Amino acid sequence: MDPSAYTIKQISVFSENKPGRLMAIAGALEEESINILAFSIAEANGFGVVRALVDKPDAAYKKLNAMGFMVSFTDVIAVRMRDQPGGLFEMAKLLSDAGINIEYSYAYSGRDAAVLILRVDQVENAVKAILFRGGNLMKSEDFMAIS
Amino acid sequence: MNTAYWNRDKETLKGDGLEILQSKRLKWTVRQAAEVPFYRDLFRSAGIAPADIQSVRDIEKIPFTTKKDLQQGYPFGFLAVPMKKVVRIHTTSGTTGKPTVVGYTRRDLDNWSELIARNLTMVGLTDDDIFQNAVNYGLFTGGLGFHYGAEKVGMTVIPSATGNTRRQIEMIDDFGVTALHCTPSYAMHIAGVAEKEGTTLPSLKTGMFGAEPWSDNMRKILEEKLGVTAYDSYGMSEMYGPGAAFECQERDGLHIWHDMYYVEIIDPDTGEVLGPGERGELVVTPLVKEAMPLLRYRTGDITMLMEDECPCGRGAKLARFSGRCDDMLVIRGINVFPSQIEHVLRSIPEVGDEFLVYVDRVNHLDEMTIDIELKREYFSGELSDLTRVQNKVVAALREALNLRTRVKLVEPESLPRYEGKAKRVVDRRGDTV
Repeated sequence: MDPSAYTIKQISVFSENKPGRLMAIAGALEEESINILAFSIAEANGFGVVRALVDKPDAAYKKLNAMGFMVSFTDVIAVRMRDQPGGLFEMAKLLSDAGINIEYSYAYSGRDAAVLILRVDQVENAVKAILFRGGNLMKSEDFMAIS
Repeated sequence: MNTAYWNRDKETLKGDGLEILQSKRLKWTVRQAAEVPFYRDLFRSAGIAPADIQSVRDIEKIPFTTKKDLQQGYPFGFLAVPMKKVVRIHTTSGTTGKPTVVGYTRRDLDNWSELIARNLTMVGLTDDDIFQNAVNYGLFTGGLGFHYGAEKVGMTVIPSATGNTRRQIEMIDDFGVTALHCTPSYAMHIAGVAEKEGTTLPSLKTGMFGAEPWSDNMRKILEEKLGVTAYDSYGMSEMYGPGAAFECQERDGLHIWHDMYYVEIIDPDTGEVLGPGERGELVVTPLVKEAMPLLRYRTGDITMLMEDECPCGRGAKLARFSGRCDDMLVIRGINVFPSQIEHVLRSIPEVGDEFLVYVDRVNHLDEMTIDIELKREYFSGELSDLTRVQNKVVAALREALNLRTRVKLVEPESLPRYEGKAKRVVDRRGDTV
């Protein structure tokens, strides 16, 4: 098992908390025909970080960076959940049993399953622990666009 | 109209009589300054001797003195008398490196009280008035300066100092206070709290406000809310303290006490002396300062000499002050130079070189917000890292400026870039009240 296969590149974009910033980011991704698979905004004192999983992370990075945005890649993992009542509970229990601390998380409900995206401090250990407990981790290639 | 004078002869002196007195006092001041090594060196390098200054017409022969010069004399380099003769010391806030130390002889304190007494009398106050002095006592000159002047007039003085606003309001009402001295922003705060407490402060009739720039708009609001006639006060520690210039009941410019200060307005860039009606930097030569004489001191404050004679019969007036010719800001009474902010920011590696300072008045208090850019290479993508940088900058600024500031992270390259002189400060205090 290669844990890096399960490491997914999230793009994190610094944004001031003011009207029009999300529009600028989303518009840029549209121009490059980049699809956003999951997305969240975290906000602090007057600014925020837009986090997204996209099908072409390198192209997204390049485009946003060229536009002047501060962009960085953040390693996250994504684990499938049952898209039914109790699905999140099962997953939360698994993470708890494995002693995995979540820095932040967001989720989306896709065609085949609900997906929980997790930012954890020790990615490799988390991958191993989740797989060991039978968790259904997604691979980074699952998010990639077919080129 | 009340036309009482505290010292009619001096206050209304004009023409030759005034020039003779000013010249006599200037010659004394030059001799007094010659006791200070800085001025002996200055005279030598300018190739002048004290005897070359025979009247105020000769004053342009003397080079300027700057705040920087004073700071280099820290602590007692500018004293012209032995410490034995110094009966009090005040200092400025000292945010620009070392504070400026100002010494006073007994006679200096008498002079200072005299001019405060003139101011109070000029706005119609007498020994019948009950006066609350709601400014900081201590090293700040506003407290003791006004205190002694008001006692000299025979007013009943309440040295309330600042803080505990509800108690201040209670005293105004219970003691029947008729006159109040404080900063304009504190006056707004008092007005707001009084409103909440359900009092209109009926005994108050006179408000004297200074130490901060304030607009005519703010004057209207203060007068309405506090039920006072509001007067503007000007001064600085280097000129004893507040009250060197003060509005009369015309409230159209501030009379500078011409027997105690010789004033010039200069072009801050060229040093050229400007005429009445031309705005420039105020340069002051105190004419009676004994412990710490100064010659042609550049105040950094922008004003102009007004051309028209005042109906009150007193002498020259300065227009209300419209800012600084350097970029010094006064935030909640503390002097701040953008260069200090720059120095702090440059010491933090994560922060970019550009910054923009916004000054606002929020709930009647000055608030400083500093926009900074994070350097790209320090962006980890984590919110917590950004917050850490933000807090680090706030802490460093508080340490250096002794001020709480707000720090805003903005997107890279979003702040204006300048090729020439950068405009780093947007002071929006005039936009509101």
